Amino acid sequence: MTNTTNTRIRKYNGKRNRLDKPELLAPAGNLEKLKFAVHYGADAVYIGGQKYGLRSNADNFTFEEMREGVQFAKKYGAKVFVATNIYAHNEDIAGIEAYLLKLQEVGIAAIIAADPVIIETAQRVAPLLEVHVSTQQSIANWQTVQFWKEEGAPRVVLARETSMDEIAEMKAHVDVEIEAFIHGAMCSSYSGRCTLSNHFTDRDSNRGGCCQSCRWKYDLFEDDRPDLTKLVSEEEAAQEPALQPFKLGVTQLPLFQEQQNQFTMSSKDLCMIGHLPDLVDVGVDSFKIEGRMKSIHYVATVVNVYRQAIDSYMADPDHYQLKPEWIEEMNKAANRPVNTGFFYEEPDHEDHIYEPEEKAAPYDFAGLVVDYDADTCMATIQQRNHFKPGAEIEFFGPNGTFFKQTVGQIWDTDGNELDAARHPLQLIRMKVEQPVHYFDMMRKKNR
Amino acid sequence: MTTKPELLITAGSLEEVERFLKAGATAVIVGESIYGMRMPGQMTLADIELAMPIVRKYHAKLYVAVNNILHNDALKDLPAYLTAIERIGVDAVIYGDPAVLMTIRSSAPSLKLHWNAEMTSTNYATARYWQKRGSSRIVLARELNMEQVLEMKQYLPDMEVEVQVHGMTNIYHSKRHLVQHYLRHTGQEEETAKVGRDRKLFLIEQERQEEKFPVYEDENGTHIMSSDDMCILEDLKLLLDAGLDSFKIEGLFKSAAYNEEVIRVYREAIDAYAADPSGYAFRPEWMERIRLVQDPERELSFGFFYKEQMY
Repeated sequence: MTNTTNTRIRKYNGKRNRLDKPELLAPAGNLEKLKFAVHYGADAVYIGGQKYGLRSNADNFTFEEMREGVQFAKKYGAKVFVATNIYAHNEDIAGIEAYLLKLQEVGIAAIIAADPVIIETAQRVAPLLEVHVSTQQSIANWQTVQFWKEEGAPRVVLARETSMDEIAEMKAHVDVEIEAFIHGAMCSSYSGRCTLSNHFTDRDSNRGGCCQSCRWKYDLFEDDRPDLTKLVSEEEAAQEPALQPFKLGVTQLPLFQEQQNQFTMSSKDLCMIGHLPDLVDVGVDSFKIEGRMKSIHYVATVVNVYRQAIDSYMADPDHYQLKPEWIEEMNKAANRPVNTGFFYEEPDHEDHIYEPEEKAAPYDFAGLVVDYDADTCMATIQQRNHFKPGAEIEFFGPNGTFFKQTVGQIWDTDGNELDAARHPLQLIRMKVEQPVHYFDMMRKKNR
Repeated sequence: MTTKPELLITAGSLEEVERFLKAGATAVIVGESIYGMRMPGQMTLADIELAMPIVRKYHAKLYVAVNNILHNDALKDLPAYLTAIERIGVDAVIYGDPAVLMTIRSSAPSLKLHWNAEMTSTNYATARYWQKRGSSRIVLARELNMEQVLEMKQYLPDMEVEVQVHGMTNIYHSKRHLVQHYLRHTGQEEETAKVGRDRKLFLIEQERQEEKFPVYEDENGTHIMSSDDMCILEDLKLLLDAGLDSFKIEGLFKSAAYNEEVIRVYREAIDAYAADPSGYAFRPEWMERIRLVQDPERELSFGFFYKEQMY
């Protein structure tokens, strides 16, 4: 893995395109996830509001929650962006202006937008909102980057089909902020160029209704019907050998065997933790993690790891080393195989998920530390998942703080000893072997 | 006599261009896969040059598709390509990627532009945005419903509006080579050489055994197509009344003979309306003629014209 650190210097002429620290941009599906993402080290988070976002199934923020989220983030010097990344239909247009004004008023720093009607409206009515052009625009060349810069966008989010070399060329041609997805699930299509959901379930994918039909299973066939337009007479048809299977009722040939995996468009998740130096050196300004639908445990863990890696590289690029424990950490919260997307080589047949999917992540979020008494070494923990004495657990917090222990005796807040922590959000007291802090998380291994 | 809307079809060869115009099309779209998306055949600059006099003979229009999602490497030769297209004198270039707009501004400023971003050309305000930047036409997304299509001209009186009336639609486009990947994954390496349109591959989703979704690969990746062919013939009057400017037939995956018959039928309908708009009525025999040539495994549908979509 450390080889990439050495080859990059030559590849990008040994110069960093940008000396500032890149931004770590994390997803936040709701207010609680926002707080975790920020506390665990995100420089900015992106969220969805009640309208115009592409995750209509997510919790999504009210304006009041946004205001609270912005205030919380502010204490950490972090920013909040709102995804307004649908492609609007005529009837969606009327409310855009009021919605964007409200976003500006509650202190949102930027919107992530694809549809020019939203981009233009924001520039006209809400000038304090930055407009970041969404990956839904499938920006894959430097001239299109130039176009959006000239249209007043300070930042573009690249198509996920863009390679490291292509980004280098974009940076050489255009001085504009570049945001790139570095981690998480990906559309296997060009973003926006997929209406599988519309066709299968009457849900409009480009307005937030995507039902992930690309993860479904399909059978691949070859049409074996004869081309009837080429036949001129019945006698000729009778002579035609190609027609024999058709006469026997065979009209399609399967391109798979029984017991083989079925066809799917499902792609592996992106993970660039092994290549952070390349991303920094090529000049990506914002490192984006996908996953507004992901759990708190996932968001906190992934953000925590990238935060440490970025800080470590920026502090001393020449001696930067990828730490194996970072990858171990991420694997505890993730459940899909990963790859490097289009950054280095075009994905091939090993970059899909043909096998049955979705085993649960190996670890679960078991409890949240809400208080700690240094004199007694007693922690107060809010239950987030069933656990009981004897369970092997891990505590972790921002900046990679981490230790393992076994759960000993546990009590409720009235001092009654418990045989298990059964109730969601119940406050549990237990002895911990090292100091912990508010917002530290406790995870347990899934059986 | 009212103004007739354009009857537009994609063509993949000089022969098709001539046959389709003869059958009654008034405009054709051609191109090649390095710049154009999902064309029914490769038409080089030389072919386009040869097509021009044919098109003029029929007093028709010729449009060139430059509607790919472009990567850096496609930009190098783009100015020369567009300059050549301008010199040949085609009537418009169809584009979705703003890089084409940028290049036309600098290299071929007299070319007309039709904005077509496929599934994402969904509203009038965004059409106006591209109009202000030099586009004379919007090609509507096929996922719009009838109400949305019909009201477009009220919002866009001075912009041409094109709507697809017939044929299949693309429903998924990936840069990945999904068919080859699957064949390789299942140990069928020898099958990976032939994954283009000619192979007539299709996908069946587990719970939808009746629907066959054509799938093929080309230089631009993998394309999955609708299992049905939209056909709005029965309600063409609504589109004619609304004053839409161009009716498009998608010719992809169809024989020239099929496309000719479809053109003839729509030609008759458009002419009948133009001759007497108030006396116009749909004739069931038009539909019968299309059914005669229609692949029985592909439903003739109203596409999304009458579908309620949620999100």
